[in-house]
Amino acid sequence: MLPNEIAISVQGLKKSYKNVTVLEGVGFEVKTGSIFALLGSNGTGKTTIVKILTTLLKHDSGTAVVNGFDVAAKPDSVRQSISLTGQFAAVDEILTGRENLIMIARLRHLDNPRQVADDLLKRFGLTDAADRRVSTYSGGMRRRLDIAMSLVGESQLIFLDEPTTGLDPEGRIEVWKMVKELAGSGTTVFLTTQYLDEAEQLADRIAILHKGRIIVNDTLAELKKLFPPAKVEYIEKQPTLEEIFLAIVGKKEEKDNGND
Amino acid sequence: MDMGVMFGRSMRHIFRSVDTIMTVTISPVAIMLLFVFVLGGAIQIATDNYVNYLLPGIMLMTIANGIGYVSYRLLLDKQRGIFERFHSMPIARSAALWGHVLVSLVSNAISVTVIILIAFLMGFRSPAGVLPWLAVVGILGLFTLALTWIAVIAGLSAKSADSAGAFAFVIHLLPFISSAFVPTNTMPKAVRVFAENQPVTSIVNAIRALLNDQPVGSDIWVALAWCVGIMLVAYVFAMRVYKKRV
Repeated sequence: MLPNEIAISVQGLKKSYKNVTVLEGVGFEVKTGSIFALLGSNGTGKTTIVKILTTLLKHDSGTAVVNGFDVAAKPDSVRQSISLTGQFAAVDEILTGRENLIMIARLRHLDNPRQVADDLLKRFGLTDAADRRVSTYSGGMRRRLDIAMSLVGESQLIFLDEPTTGLDPEGRIEVWKMVKELAGSGTTVFLTTQYLDEAEQLADRIAILHKGRIIVNDTLAELKKLFPPAKVEYIEKQPTLEEIFLAIVGKKEEKDNGND
Repeated sequence: MDMGVMFGRSMRHIFRSVDTIMTVTISPVAIMLLFVFVLGGAIQIATDNYVNYLLPGIMLMTIANGIGYVSYRLLLDKQRGIFERFHSMPIARSAALWGHVLVSLVSNAISVTVIILIAFLMGFRSPAGVLPWLAVVGILGLFTLALTWIAVIAGLSAKSADSAGAFAFVIHLLPFISSAFVPTNTMPKAVRVFAENQPVTSIVNAIRALLNDQPVGSDIWVALAWCVGIMLVAYVFAMRVYKKRV
């Protein structure tokens, strides 16, 4: 890969908290414009990696280069070119959705904060709720606003730390759609998740973090080859509860719309 | 410019949570009513106006109350990842923190103003001119800043909302063991030594003298030394906690 095709390059990254070693030499590369999923159980250090790459945390040794800037040597340049959506929806509950977006746009020194906010509200289906305080929003709406706030200023690289944890199935599908759109427009997405299907749905490349190391890093197609060849079996396919839920809710919405 | 944005955020917080100012002022007002109208008649003090005597201590209690909310707001920003969002953006790391400090100054100023107005309704009068009043504002501002930095330490170190505000309770008790309600010369020796050498007494005495348009003596310097001293020490520790935990 050419250097400008690499959004993130990590080598020999180590980090420990007091006596507990979290990362024992992590290495990987993320291609510009791709969706990279970091998979791992709770407490394996996914968030630690995100924090190091977004300059929130200093690593003990190894190198991490983001958009061509070393995170330890040039944190300001890294911050200029990235955007973080943390594990918890980092939205200001006392402000309205619109005010939250305008605040971030001002902090990013954009020319027309109001316009930027309007566009994002529309894109994320929050126009109707724009002038309500965020404390009245549902979990899914908060997450949408949270991600919208990360898109202010159109960073080239977006970090999403467990973006769908705690969301209902509809919320998850919405977030997935958004992530796909983002990648479609050329933004690099670094995603952590503990849901295998999420990585399967979204990622161009999947890395599995286990016991402080990346044990696998490949495309889904290649990962599937690691398993024994698929056997052909005939079984009755039961709908999953998720499919049932979405079918019922979908029908209800059609009916509701029909009544309008 | 970034500070301006943070300040704008903070001011919205203040004006959208008027109930906070109510909560902060309600107990000092209750204590003021209790002491003036219930206990005041039995308290022997060489003054014909007990509200005048009481007000400086009540002001400090109000600020101590308001400070609990500063810790709570900091804890919320930390828990909700709002600090992380700001810190991953190209803005000064301290901007988010200074926003909270400004909120503390403005909201406490509003609460103290409310207290002064209520005291006025209860018969508080001051012969002091503009300069002594400005001096009072200055002392209260420094006192607020000193407590604010303590609140920053508490809010950022706390694990839960309950522990974030717990320290304010201790500060809240200090006026009771000071010259805020009664002169210290009626207290037993040990209590008196503590009362006369803790910050609240000198601050209360200085404010009381200023409001009564009397000479302040050395009290004002002791008061200023306490405020600035606490502020500097707390600031150093607060910044250390901020760098480490946020």
